[in-house]
Amino acid sequence: MSGVGLKLSDVRFAYADWQVQFDMDVAPGWFVAVIGPSGAGKSTLLNLVAGFEQPSSGAILIDGEDVCALPPARRPVTMLFQDHNLFAHLDIHTNVALGISPALKLTAADRDRITAAFDRVGLSGLERRRPGELSGGQRQRAAIARALVRDKPLLLLDEPFAALGPALKNDMLDLVAEIHREGHMTVLMVSHDPQDARRAASHTVFLDEGGVVALDQTKALFARKDLAGLKAYLGA
Amino acid sequence: MNRESIFAFGGGGLSLAIIWTVIAGAFAALVMTAAGGEGPSATLSDPYLWRVVRFTLWQAALSTILSVGFAVPVARAFARRRGFAGRRVLLALFALPLALPALVVVLGVVEVWGRTGWFNGLAEVAGFEPALNVYGLSGILLAHVFFNLPLATRLLLAHLDRVPAENWRLASQLDMPATAVWRFIEWPVLKAALPGAASLVFMLCVTSFTVVLTLGGGPRATTIEVAIYQALRFDFDPVRAVTLALLQLVLCGVLVISAGRITGDMQAQPSLGKRAARADLDGWIGDAVVIGLAGLFVLLPLVAIVTSAVRSDLARLAVETAMWQAIFTSTWVALSAAALCLILTAGLLSAVRASQRRHAGKPFFEWNTDVAGSLILVMPPIVLGAGWFVLLRGVGDIFTLAPLVVIIVNALMALPFVLRVLGPAVAQANLDHGRLCASLDLAGWNRLRLVDWPVLQRPLALALAFAMALSIGDLGVIALFGSEDFTTLPFLLYQRFGTYRIDDAAGLALILTVYCLGLIALADRVRGERRKVTG
Repeated sequence: MSGVGLKLSDVRFAYADWQVQFDMDVAPGWFVAVIGPSGAGKSTLLNLVAGFEQPSSGAILIDGEDVCALPPARRPVTMLFQDHNLFAHLDIHTNVALGISPALKLTAADRDRITAAFDRVGLSGLERRRPGELSGGQRQRAAIARALVRDKPLLLLDEPFAALGPALKNDMLDLVAEIHREGHMTVLMVSHDPQDARRAASHTVFLDEGGVVALDQTKALFARKDLAGLKAYLGA
Repeated sequence: MNRESIFAFGGGGLSLAIIWTVIAGAFAALVMTAAGGEGPSATLSDPYLWRVVRFTLWQAALSTILSVGFAVPVARAFARRRGFAGRRVLLALFALPLALPALVVVLGVVEVWGRTGWFNGLAEVAGFEPALNVYGLSGILLAHVFFNLPLATRLLLAHLDRVPAENWRLASQLDMPATAVWRFIEWPVLKAALPGAASLVFMLCVTSFTVVLTLGGGPRATTIEVAIYQALRFDFDPVRAVTLALLQLVLCGVLVISAGRITGDMQAQPSLGKRAARADLDGWIGDAVVIGLAGLFVLLPLVAIVTSAVRSDLARLAVETAMWQAIFTSTWVALSAAALCLILTAGLLSAVRASQRRHAGKPFFEWNTDVAGSLILVMPPIVLGAGWFVLLRGVGDIFTLAPLVVIIVNALMALPFVLRVLGPAVAQANLDHGRLCASLDLAGWNRLRLVDWPVLQRPLALALAFAMALSIGDLGVIALFGSEDFTTLPFLLYQRFGTYRIDDAAGLALILTVYCLGLIALADRVRGERRKVTG
């Protein structure tokens, strides 16, 4: 499966006296970094797409189909959070297996896929460990392994690597970029660091004050001089 | 709405229906009895009634002033001296009085301050007349201060602990003397905390039953709660009991409303950031005297409970069938009450969780759970019991239905506390795992089995133990409904105490204490996820 397109048309959402309004068109297979100052609505954008927040109006189209009425589990989406991606009381094999069956009913083929996923993220042999017995980077690798077995065409990353050191973060970005290149997913990644966007993302969208300011190829976006908000954000 | 939500809302609705039925049933019975006949107006003009009300408020006010008044210097001394050996143990001991069954505490107070107790013995040796009489107002005050001085100390200390480190650094930079620190830092913090602490203590003393029943009870030292009990058990005067119960209800309601939300900002929170060294700590002798006196005041009755129990004839008690019968009765009553309480709480919390997920307006269940929880705090168990006593009187033999009433009332009594243990745990678990469960389609039985049960095991065990301990130590409803055929451990203890078989009482008190504290200790050891892991 290759990635799917994502389109938000006039998606509105309000919380207390704060509101957002998104219009955005992401082509299949893009790796989009989502940047912008805090309060710009980066996490809200991902929560809306994943179904953890309900827009008050507008449409969210994944692969041309409006998913607004669907609960999170029925959307073709996997989201990685900053933390709590794993159940701390279950070993990571069980955590990954939950991505296939919430009742943990696994076929032999399922088990093979899980083994392959652990292989792919470099955690072979650690399947029976609990999250507490792993490093922060290993925990996020396990979460990525679950994203692999879930095999959803749209991957949302809500700063899952923000707590990692620079070298480890780059490793994780490279891993995600590889998985993306292998043709499996369209990716949306929230980040606080423009370096992350430059390293991994084909495209970058800049959000400010609850709306999309610009979506362009990463290099082109960072080269733009006409956006006052972007200049203020980057501080350059 | 999906199947899971329907299930959750159904369970929550059923829980609410049961809780409201029990409360409303008692209330309706009280009002209807009061409305029938010309009884209440006659009772209202009875000077006895107003004497009881006056004494209730008077003893509560004195207890509050003494408890909180002494707690201020004690909390300040504890806040100033953070390093001394035994500080942690002492503060842990300060949490003990409230966890002990009130009857056990009364016994300890009598051992220390009673006519033949340690204090009067010491006075005699020193050549004074044994002057202190523990039965009456002075005994009630001693017991209430024993309960509430440590409580108030811990509450105030928690507030002092929350003073930001920067304030202390600033104070030492400005070279503030102790008086200035008191004026500009300590007193403002304490002043803000005093109304909350005082209103909580006042409320606890107004609704205090066991202490007043055992140490007071005469015409000059009876509170409303004890008067309700006496009206029902001795004078068979339901109209007076109802009038008293309604008065108590009004009184408690007024207190709760005027105190704001008594469940508000009361819990100790760990202070954030590093603690700064203080430069204003001259004169350690004063602090040592304050801490020493407060420590002795709390410690001595605790020691007395143990020593008198050791002296008592435990071997003879052990062959008494009455004791084993009482232990057995207490156990199944407490287990049933705790189980009922947990089931009600589970219903409420699952509905709250489901309604939060759909976040539409002010969630109905959250509001109702809050109100039911605080209403139970306002409605003393003895009033609840009195209502059902009056209601069931018409239906049949009260004493055959007694166990059921005791179980239900005990379950409701424990509800606010169990909600306080489980509510935050469920909310935190939902915060940690809610989105993940939603995205993995983990719901219903699978979620219960794989996520909720393992994560909530520990708070569940703690809640169960709390509810059981509360029921096992309770002498409120059982005093109304107990009989020869239905005797719990506190009821038996009260009978022995009332007939001055103090040795038996001391032995039973030890058993009761070990039982209650053992339950809590056991729950504390339940294996569970202690490590906080971010996955």
